[in-house]
Amino acid sequence: MATKQKQLIVDVKKQFAAIAKQFEPIQVLNEKGEVVNPQYMPDLSDEKMVELMERMVWTRVLDQRSTALNKQGRLGFYAPTAGQEASQLGTQFALEQEDFILPGYRDIPQIIMHGLPLAKAFLFSRGHFAGNQYPKDLNIISPQIIIGAQYVQTAGVALGIQKRGEKSVAITYTGDGGSSQGDFYEGINFASAFKSPAIFVIQNNGFAISVPRELQTAAPTLAQKAVAAGVPGVVVDGMDPLAVYAVTREARDRAVNGEGPTVIETLTYRFGPHTLAGDDPTRYRTKEMDEAWALKDPLVRYRLFLESKNLWSAEQEEAVIERAKEEIKAALKEADAIPKQKVTDLLNNMFETPTQNVAEQIAYYTEKESK
Amino acid sequence: MAQMTMIQAITDALATELRNDENVLVFGEDVGNNGGVFRATENLQKEFGVDRVFDTPLAESAIGGLANGLSYKGFRPVAEIQFFGFVFEVFDQVAGQVARTRYRSGNTRNMPVVFRAPFGGGVHTPEMHADSLEGLMAQTPGLKVVIPSTPYDAKGLLISAIRDNDPVVFLEHMKLYRSFREDVPEGEYTIPLGKANIRREGTDITLIAYGAMVQESLKAADELEKEGISAEVIDLRTVSPIDTDTLVASIEKTNHVVVIQEAQKQAGVAAHVIAEINDRAILSLDAPVGRVTAADSVFPFAQAETAWLPNKTDIYNKAKEILSF
Repeated sequence: MATKQKQLIVDVKKQFAAIAKQFEPIQVLNEKGEVVNPQYMPDLSDEKMVELMERMVWTRVLDQRSTALNKQGRLGFYAPTAGQEASQLGTQFALEQEDFILPGYRDIPQIIMHGLPLAKAFLFSRGHFAGNQYPKDLNIISPQIIIGAQYVQTAGVALGIQKRGEKSVAITYTGDGGSSQGDFYEGINFASAFKSPAIFVIQNNGFAISVPRELQTAAPTLAQKAVAAGVPGVVVDGMDPLAVYAVTREARDRAVNGEGPTVIETLTYRFGPHTLAGDDPTRYRTKEMDEAWALKDPLVRYRLFLESKNLWSAEQEEAVIERAKEEIKAALKEADAIPKQKVTDLLNNMFETPTQNVAEQIAYYTEKESK
Repeated sequence: MAQMTMIQAITDALATELRNDENVLVFGEDVGNNGGVFRATENLQKEFGVDRVFDTPLAESAIGGLANGLSYKGFRPVAEIQFFGFVFEVFDQVAGQVARTRYRSGNTRNMPVVFRAPFGGGVHTPEMHADSLEGLMAQTPGLKVVIPSTPYDAKGLLISAIRDNDPVVFLEHMKLYRSFREDVPEGEYTIPLGKANIRREGTDITLIAYGAMVQESLKAADELEKEGISAEVIDLRTVSPIDTDTLVASIEKTNHVVVIQEAQKQAGVAAHVIAEINDRAILSLDAPVGRVTAADSVFPFAQAETAWLPNKTDIYNKAKEILSF
């Protein structure tokens, strides 16, 4: 008797191929700075294009100086950003001042560009509450250490924006590892259910400390996790500032038009270690990998692009570098001048009106500090 | 005045504050159209609309995240966790985030959030519904933890909690929801957070309790009175921070004290209360501080509740033991 071919209920290959087709990475500039997809070219003036380059160069200098200052003991906690300039600054560049940023611990450049004084970023690094004291109209929170928490909070800020009837968005960032957290899913799903104006960025730099992205999930892209929430997802070349800007701007337009949230996965790389607290990337990354990604450096391709349009020169770049160094020096001086923290400061920041135990302890430490 | 159960008093408090302040939002699982699994939010969506009183997807952590994010936009969220045993899902947002925001921001941001949740044994709930987890919250700097035991207190304390500009965990004992009625004033009134209440005056021994154990303590006091023993019963009402002044004043009068909680011995807040008494009133004590608690097991299977939960007899026996020390 001939065996009958059983019809598969789930044709896995077909299902996965259909998904993969929906999540091809978006690119505007290739590694040589050539425009490969003019149809995605964002509507940016020459001045704005140059400004974006200035921000990227400035941030690269900030990373180099922060790393050096950390080694000298003049800064504390620091998560390197070199390599992620297009991903971090391209997304932020697409925002308006009224948009609200909920950053992760590596996302200091975005909140600086949104208005955080550099001295405060340094105080955050050192561990001083003054680094987290912002005026009420600066729409940021301090960098989130609990990976994923910023995602569920973003759903809340976005719902708040919606209830206030404002035409703005809440944007948040996590890494590839963070996309495995429950809060990641809950955050995008809540924003989906309420159709709230939120942008969820996954900066996929290939590693969560030492764990490669392939160990986080068998899903071939992280953006496709948006499907679980029923929201749009897009993969973008995270080393391409114009592509990152374009997809973020489009997501913002959708959000302020009441069409709900978007998940953006930026394919990027950190040239440095995870943090400067003893991580050694040679344990898990090869030299070949570092070299291959160095060729994709967002500064290199964007520089080539702007030079081809006669918008950028070595002198301009040198001027930004010098300005960055001066500003960093001034900010350090400002941070050094902040008074030391006292236990009474910490206690006074606990409640609007101190509770009985806190009030008693304020009295105790006031006495102690007066000696 | 109206005769209300505790659940009606809670609904009344929520309606009062929804009416008073347009920034107050009430949300959680099934709190909207359904009016809550215990009817605590009955008819609120009908009166105030779906923008003010709304259902959420089934995910406690994101409910906490919503409360957090909405606070940044100037709202006053009253979020419900359906049963407090589910707090583990949202522990980071409550203890790791909301409780720390004022401090973390150097007093430039605050979270006027209330997390409401039912808890408590005696009604044969399934697993993880009735656990007394107030001790976990009381150990978290930045939170106030309130546990009413009467309809009158529930309304006044909940209004205070909603008006407080810092986060409050408001725990509602399921057995007390409909167990009795009392007169509750119409309209708004407040009871200060962090203040205990003397429920019954006495001179021989102080019984300090909260939640369902207040009723048990009052019953024990009745039994003691039959033997000529005058017990003072204090309802903590707020278990963090503790109102030590009220406790010390009572102990200086009675010189004997028993602390009573429904939680296991290693949990709850009794150990902290005892430490405060030892710090502040040891020279007034004629005997060690007694303690009535549940056993250090996981919360019992429904059929074992009666054997496991502390009751008036345990309190009576412990009071006698302390008095005959």
